[in-house]
Amino acid sequence: MSSDWELLFLSFGPLVWGAVSGTVLLSLASFAIGLVLALGVALLRLSKNRLLSGIARFYISVIRGTPLLVQLFVIFYGMPSIGLVIDPWPSAIIAFSLNVGGYAAEVIRAAILSVPKGQWEAGYTIGMSHGTTLRRLILPQAARVSVPPLSNTFISLVKDSSLASLILVTELFRVAEEIASFSTKFMLVYLEAALIYWVICIVLAGGQGMLEKKLDRYVAT
Amino acid sequence: MSQRDRSPNGGDPLAPVARPDDSVLLAARGIRKSFGDNEVLSSIDLEVRRGEVVVLIGPSGSGKTTVLRSLNGLETPDAGTIDFAGGPALDFARPISKAQRFALRDRSAMVFQQHNLFPHMTVIENVIEGPVRVQRVPKARAIAEASALLDRVGLAEKRDAYPFELSGGQQQRVGIVRALALKPDLLLFDEPTSSLDPELVGEVLSVIKELADEGWTMVVVTHELSFARQAADEVLFMDGGVVVERGAPEQIFTKPKHERTRRFLDRILRPLD
Repeated sequence: MSSDWELLFLSFGPLVWGAVSGTVLLSLASFAIGLVLALGVALLRLSKNRLLSGIARFYISVIRGTPLLVQLFVIFYGMPSIGLVIDPWPSAIIAFSLNVGGYAAEVIRAAILSVPKGQWEAGYTIGMSHGTTLRRLILPQAARVSVPPLSNTFISLVKDSSLASLILVTELFRVAEEIASFSTKFMLVYLEAALIYWVICIVLAGGQGMLEKKLDRYVAT
Repeated sequence: MSQRDRSPNGGDPLAPVARPDDSVLLAARGIRKSFGDNEVLSSIDLEVRRGEVVVLIGPSGSGKTTVLRSLNGLETPDAGTIDFAGGPALDFARPISKAQRFALRDRSAMVFQQHNLFPHMTVIENVIEGPVRVQRVPKARAIAEASALLDRVGLAEKRDAYPFELSGGQQQRVGIVRALALKPDLLLFDEPTSSLDPELVGEVLSVIKELADEGWTMVVVTHELSFARQAADEVLFMDGGVVVERGAPEQIFTKPKHERTRRFLDRILRPLD
């Protein structure tokens, strides 16, 4: 029993390091890039140009219609066969960003559509262009609406980032696997890893709550 | 964007930018508009002189609001012309360019039925958004002018409140101030009191009446016939996408020439008969 406590203690440092330098970093980078991508895709999807909105539709359909693990493997293991070798970290960031881009695009699109048409018109009548109206009036209001669903996307991403262990990225789960197979204490180490994921997600949910409160200051509650 | 100064009438913030001088400010001719198969405007002519208050009345679906929205470029007529003295002159037989649409919007400002204030901005931020972002007025000056306007409509102490913290009447008064802050030549009111509780209608109408008395040029779509009677220089009765009758308020309200006008007025003035 004492060796269990010892293992728990000794593995804690490497696991947390794996979480910080792997899981958290990977998730943050992919979410940031994915959000920018998603905004672009959402705007394309809303475009009156059928070709542009068709491209966005196609992208969203592919991303949502195929497993993330398959997307990851296509990029890391598949691309080399057409002469494109991508390292584990860039592969993971590309795959996760593309994935977030697809899911978050639909969230952002719905949020933009939820802003009443009168807000666009009010922007136009005070002389604003379409772009300024979007930036100054529509997106700030859409942001409030999209915080809860985007938080879901982010929290899913943190957990899905464990898939990167399968393309040799050193993150929380890969560290856990190594310690588990070395020590053969699978239950203990995996539960410890699960706990760390959970804590990260609790922190994120707390951040979500704070953000929601801040953005709710201008609505009647 | 033109930078007009508010100078006549001793710097009263509610005073219009251009002095009323009876010259024609706006002439719209042969405005036609269909939504799909539904023709909402058949051929509308409208002339507005500087300092004049033109009131559009008529049943729902008569096309009043579409006329107003066309003047501000929110709707694009299928045919007809809109000429502002000093430009732009638009002929809707040809496609309208972006620049023309901006030029059109630069001449007027709109007050909506549902106020359409920006909920994520405070009252003062709502008012200075257009001047600062669009007209490039220095922020300090925009705030000073906005504050003076808010003060004049009795909302000085609400400047840092969010729209949801205001009553419907206060929201609509902010909507009016937001339009005034743009210093337009023409004010457009689209049923400004229709979504208000009855006891709040008066405070909004009295602000509009005051603006009319100050000499602002305005086109008002409304169901408030007593307001039309007191404030209008000309009343247009619309039905089915045409102007059925136009004239001085006294004539329209006491001696309407057309049966449709009479029936409409009867329905509003004596709903239970």
